Amino acid sequence: MAAKRTIRSIPQERTPVREQPPLERARNFVEVNLGYDASEAAREAQRCLFCADQPCVRGCPVSIDIPGFIRQICHEDHQGAYDTIARTNLLPAVCGRVCPQENQCEGVCTVGESLEPVAIGRLERYVGDLAIANDWARRPYISPTAYRVGIVGSGPAGMACAADLAKAGCQVTVFEALHLPGGVLRYGIPDFRLPGEVIDAEVANLEKLGVRFECNTVVGRLFTIEQMLEDLGFDAVFIGTGAGYPTMLGIPGDSLGGVLSANELLTRANLMQARDFPVHDTPIPLGKQVAVVGAGNTAMDAMRVCLRLGAEQVHCIYRRSRTEAPARAEEVHHAEQEGIEFHWLTNPVAVLDDGAGNVRAMRCVHMELGEPDDSGRRRPVPIPGSEFEFPCDQVVFAIGTNANPIIGQTSRLTLNRWGYLQTDDDLATSIDGVFAGGDIVTGAATVIEAMGAGRTAAAGIVRHLGIRDVRRRY
Amino acid sequence: GHWASAFPIVEREDISAVTFSLTVRHPLMAKAARPGQFVIVMSHAEGERIPLTIADFDAAAGTITLVIQAVGKSTREMQRLCQVGTSLHGIAGPLGIPTPIEASTRSGAPPTIVCVGGGLGVAPVYPQARAWHDAGARVMGVLGFRNRNLVFWENKFRDVCDELILCTDDGSAGTQGMVTDGLRLALEAHPETSEVIAIGPPVMMRACAEVTRPHGIRTSVSLNPIMVDGTGMCGGCRVRVGGEVKFACVDGPDFDAHLVDFDDLASRLRRYGEEEADAMAQWETVCRRAE
Ligand SMILES: Cc1cc2nc3c(=O)[nH]c(=O)nc-3n(C[C@H](O)[C@H](O)[C@H](O)COP(=O)(O)OP(=O)(O)OC[C@H]3O[C@@H](n4cnc5c(N)ncnc54)[C@H](O)[C@@H]3O)c2cc1C
Ligand SMILES: Cc1cc2nc3c(=O)[nH]c(=O)nc-3n(C[C@H](O)[C@H](O)[C@H](O)COP(=O)(O)OP(=O)(O)OC[C@H]3O[C@@H](n4cnc5c(N)ncnc54)[C@H](O)[C@@H]3O)c2cc1C
Ligand code: SF4
Ligand code: SF4
Ligand code: FES
Repeated sequence: MAAKRTIRSIPQERTPVREQPPLERARNFVEVNLGYDASEAAREAQRCLFCADQPCVRGCPVSIDIPGFIRQICHEDHQGAYDTIARTNLLPAVCGRVCPQENQCEGVCTVGESLEPVAIGRLERYVGDLAIANDWARRPYISPTAYRVGIVGSGPAGMACAADLAKAGCQVTVFEALHLPGGVLRYGIPDFRLPGEVIDAEVANLEKLGVRFECNTVVGRLFTIEQMLEDLGFDAVFIGTGAGYPTMLGIPGDSLGGVLSANELLTRANLMQARDFPVHDTPIPLGKQVAVVGAGNTAMDAMRVCLRLGAEQVHCIYRRSRTEAPARAEEVHHAEQEGIEFHWLTNPVAVLDDGAGNVRAMRCVHMELGEPDDSGRRRPVPIPGSEFEFPCDQVVFAIGTNANPIIGQTSRLTLNRWGYLQTDDDLATSIDGVFAGGDIVTGAATVIEAMGAGRTAAAGIVRHLGIRDVRRRY
Repeated sequence: GHWASAFPIVEREDISAVTFSLTVRHPLMAKAARPGQFVIVMSHAEGERIPLTIADFDAAAGTITLVIQAVGKSTREMQRLCQVGTSLHGIAGPLGIPTPIEASTRSGAPPTIVCVGGGLGVAPVYPQARAWHDAGARVMGVLGFRNRNLVFWENKFRDVCDELILCTDDGSAGTQGMVTDGLRLALEAHPETSEVIAIGPPVMMRACAEVTRPHGIRTSVSLNPIMVDGTGMCGGCRVRVGGEVKFACVDGPDFDAHLVDFDDLASRLRRYGEEEADAMAQWETVCRRAE
């Protein structure tokens, strides 16, 4: 083997990734980040020090053997690298693209102490894309059991749970309320960040494992969780219905024409393909001056969608400063490059009527950061007398979501005081045989955390059903 | 896509030039459906998700029935293409909170219920009239149409109503007048009325709310804001009720008529006017070319 790598011997610069030029991409829905090619991936893989203590692995919510798969890339064993990742992560092509790596694996990478950290996410995506292109997800030998498990919701939590249970030999059916599977990956995250084909490929991989998808099925209403166990013959149920219920700000004027939630905008644009209106039937309202309130991933996605649909100017209104913005660093950076205008430390107090029931402007107030609040971030407080009018003709709220109420309305499950499902450490709910995980338990979080929860619940279900001798090799 | 099952249309009736009913096979839905609930329909893969009330359901036959008025692109296209033997691309439901049906009033007597349907609203009020009837209530039906050619389901209502008042704008069938006139007559005859259910265009529901307000009679209306997902995820269907924001698809669609902000509803329904006209124009051009 070659001499031991040191921080001095590795390529000093992080290998840049090819991107569509900002002004060009701001007008199309093609993916922004074009991914590494073979030589770029090989070069970036040279930057890993294969640390003995592996801080990156601890930074990853599903503990991928990161140095392990990077070493395999160095040896040009790409299929081996895929197998290494797939041992703990079902969706490398997705997570490589959407994980907030700066807070997770890359945030604690040793190289990052003196240089830019190893681009773990980009390497993972590279391997994930190769796996899709070459169809590496094989159907392992599965010894069947007679157990039937129903999964409610086809987001990352449901998909991960379904995969593990199928591998444990269960007959798995995933029920999805919408007409296409994928959860937020499908309706929320736009194609220029995560192309629909990647989701289709991952769903197809699950189908190869024997998982069945039933869309157009609103569980709770078409049949209840209790009925799944009592009448429909399921031995266990996993609930991964997400936290999709959008919050409106509750300020005067928030039901005016031109005010909508980011979820509505994104659902129209992504799930319903309104960008192809009228080829697809669903329309999308679009202003010339769009103000998006919030600075999380949802806000970034909503702003960049508006830009691509042809808005003249798109503004980000956020009550804290850039440091506190919860979005992935790459998305804020991309949004800035594309010409989104950021107004930090600014908070709307009212939406103003043009006299015909539509938006004319927002009244905003300037903020400053005070003492840290419960979340540890400094609390924004309004600066007295700093109110001003911000002209705009469309307002999009991207200020957070709550638990979807349907399961709570229709089952005996115990909810916590915020309406999320109550679970124990195994993610078992108050009904025997019913498990839950992802955003419906934790509140809005991340794709990889939802997947991790799906896998934890799958392990709990396997124990609950008393399935032994689950093969570890996938 | 291969993730959606097919939902075959087994019966169709053309009620008028612009109104038609579709009966769709969906045994699970037929079993689960309750009065007051609706479905989201996609007639084809590029289609819109549109909300339609479940106007009838038959658990034994495994079917549900929708009554649809062709008003714009999606519904007119359905009128043309949805024939017996074809299938809907997607149908999700039953959605919304079922109407609570209580067998007796607080005094123990069977309740008297007035069910008011205006125009197309006649269809969605039918399952409620039937459910109240089956629960032992006295049911007064008040149905309003523009003229006698538009009258439908009169016999279905006669089967479940103790009394039926039919109103037409021009007097060509039943009594001449609006449903609010019919409602007033019903309330005069039955001051003991415990609840009024009114379904129809927003202006009509608002007018009914004003008729019952002075009497303090509990009145429920079924709101029809524009919807996308119908599962509580987009907030597009938000309505103002009693000063609070509610999502009609998961918190309704039935609400207390005396608390609904109808101005807000009306202005939100107008939101997509331009786009709707645009879609319609495009579609008509395509149809003309096809002919
Ligand atoms: C716009 C946007 C951008 C984001 N960007 C990122 C990002 O870049 N990186 C990141 O890590 N995270 C991101 N997130 C967060 C991440 O997507 C979520 O944390 C994750 O998707 C949660 O997964 P889940 O499986 O719990 O739920 P979801 O993905 O919400 O899936 C739940 C599914 O359940 C279905 N469902 C709900 N109720 C029912 C029912 N009664 N019956 C049947 N089905 C039902 C829903 O239709 C949905 O398909 C983003 C979120 C949004 C909204
Ligand atoms: C809970 C609910 C139940 C409904 N039940 C029925 C039903 O049983 N039968 C039926 O025919 N329609 C029903 N509707 C209305 C139906 O969904 C709309 O008529 C349909 O979406 C219009 O689509 P379109 O593309 O054909 O027309 P569009 O081109 O979208 O609109 C054409 C015209 O219809 C009006 N319109 C659009 N959407 C609505 C709406 N949601 N409510 C009222 N007017 C609207 C527009 O303002 C416009 O004037 C219901 C709506 C809701 C929310
Ligand atoms: S799954 Fe996410 S956190 Fe884990 S290694 Fe991959 S990119 Fe990093
Ligand atoms: S911390 Fe960084 S350098 Fe160390 S093993 Fe992980 S990726 Fe490689
Ligand atoms: S239709 Fe989307 S929340 Fe009701």
